[in-house]
Amino acid sequence: MLAHEFVRNALLAGTFVALACGVVGWFTVLRGQVFAGDALSHVAFVGAIAAAVVGIDERVGLFALTLCSAAVMAGLGRRARADDVTIGVVFSWVLGLGVLLIALLSTSSAGGEGLIVANTLFGSIFALASGQAQVAAAIGAGVLLAAVAIARPLLFASLDAEVAALHGVPVGWLGLALLGLIGAVTAEGTQAIGALLVLGLIAAPAGAALRLTPRPYLGMALSGAIAVAARWGGVALSYAIPSLPPGTAIVGLAVGAYALASLVSVLPVSSRQKGASDVALPSTIAP
Amino acid sequence: MEPTLSWDLASDARELFRYQFMAHAFEAGTIVAVLAGVVGWYMVLRRQTFAGHTVAVMSFPGAAFAALVGIPAALGYYLACGVAALAIWRSGGERRRGRGGESAAIGVVQVAGMALGFLFLSLYGGVLEDLETLLFGTFLGIDSTQVLTLLLVALFALGALALVGRPLLLASLDPEGARARGVPVSALDVGFLLLLGLTVAATAQITGALLVFALLVAPPAAAQAITARPALGLVLSVAFALLVIWLGLAFAYFSIYPLGFFVTSFGFGLYVIVTLARGLGARPPALLGGEGRRHAPKSKPTPAAVG
Repeated sequence: MLAHEFVRNALLAGTFVALACGVVGWFTVLRGQVFAGDALSHVAFVGAIAAAVVGIDERVGLFALTLCSAAVMAGLGRRARADDVTIGVVFSWVLGLGVLLIALLSTSSAGGEGLIVANTLFGSIFALASGQAQVAAAIGAGVLLAAVAIARPLLFASLDAEVAALHGVPVGWLGLALLGLIGAVTAEGTQAIGALLVLGLIAAPAGAALRLTPRPYLGMALSGAIAVAARWGGVALSYAIPSLPPGTAIVGLAVGAYALASLVSVLPVSSRQKGASDVALPSTIAP
Repeated sequence: MEPTLSWDLASDARELFRYQFMAHAFEAGTIVAVLAGVVGWYMVLRRQTFAGHTVAVMSFPGAAFAALVGIPAALGYYLACGVAALAIWRSGGERRRGRGGESAAIGVVQVAGMALGFLFLSLYGGVLEDLETLLFGTFLGIDSTQVLTLLLVALFALGALALVGRPLLLASLDPEGARARGVPVSALDVGFLLLLGLTVAATAQITGALLVFALLVAPPAAAQAITARPALGLVLSVAFALLVIWLGLAFAYFSIYPLGFFVTSFGFGLYVIVTLARGLGARPPALLGGEGRRHAPKSKPTPAAVG
């Protein structure tokens, strides 16, 4: 299986993107911002189409629009946590613009637009070229490093915004930074797994980790590990069963992990009955 | 002949209804706008936008499933939306665990549905017809059977809502207090999610799965920014939704650009104008919680401390 270059590419890109998704996703779920991540993953595809209309590299448009939307959502929300109504209105409008762009594309050039839509919305990891895979891995690693770098203040700001603000933690900026990271990870994940499925690696592993442990750093590591495991397992599964699309296999495994974690965490005797709301600040963080 | 716009509004209106399909589009649009305006008002009030979106994108697995087993696509929509509504409700126990749990659970339901959709599509082995229509909607080719179906669905949903409107309002604003007064809050929860699924499936047939919010969120959110009174808010919400869909249909008819672009733009514009105007006027709605809807908590209005 590893003899095939496309499988190696899928694994190389996938590992780092999945790790980044897992860690960034942990904060996303903790803060209840899964909808924002979802919206950004849909916006990403409009960016790709916009780039195709203007005639620049698809990836530039994808990142530019996703990061811009993240900034707009942060700006409209209080303390950079956008309200779900605002998210809904903004992202459905951006998708409406996407429809316009598709129409423009189909009138300006002869066809081909369906291909782009299919590629971005339903992207396939096996279609990554090796150059793309290396860039994806680099971006994934970058997002991961950035997330780890701001993890401590972000955790403080997420758990107790008021107290954190009193201690001089830039709560608003951290919220914006997190949305930016979510934007970057969804933009990259869109190519690596498809816009409609990238949410699976953000929400499910993190949701599972938060149900298994209230300890922040352990949770982040667990979330990243589940995401990577789902990624590898999914690629292997879909390689073994040709009719199983890789995206389905990956997301299926991640969702399975979440369901399993939910079952484990509702067992009454378990001391792990703590959920997202029970995450406590480690004493090392509070200044 | 290409439709052309003139300054004579009466002749424009005649031109608009020259074709049978446009009349059907207006009928369907009107039905959907009334339904979405009312159900959307409750959805925005209950802060279930993410759930609404999740139910909406279930039309993809629904259509894929319908193609796989060979049933009509619309039936697939309704089935998938209903199943998704139940799945969201089933994981709704999370709500007590705080926002994080709920948003993760809804997200997981959504991706599980999408993953199943891809599986169905792969098993089906073909390409979904009209994928773009499924995602972004169309006003072409709506026939009288579809209009009739929409009408029946809307009558059923609005009738059900008329029956439970008041207790649902109470349960949405103050679940604890409602429970104390004997309102069946959990039954209302699942009932509303099913209604939402029905509404979304109906709306998606006009606006497409990805653009339902143009009618389901923007008009109700604008209405709630203007008034806190339920009756007036519902009327305003329906009026805004009608405005958005009628203008959208008219513009789409006279231009070469797609309906989805116009409805979302009018919805977005309406929301922005109303929000800005309220910011300037600085008259916060009083009844439904003073801070106003814009800065309200993400999941639901916080239950007030009850007796």
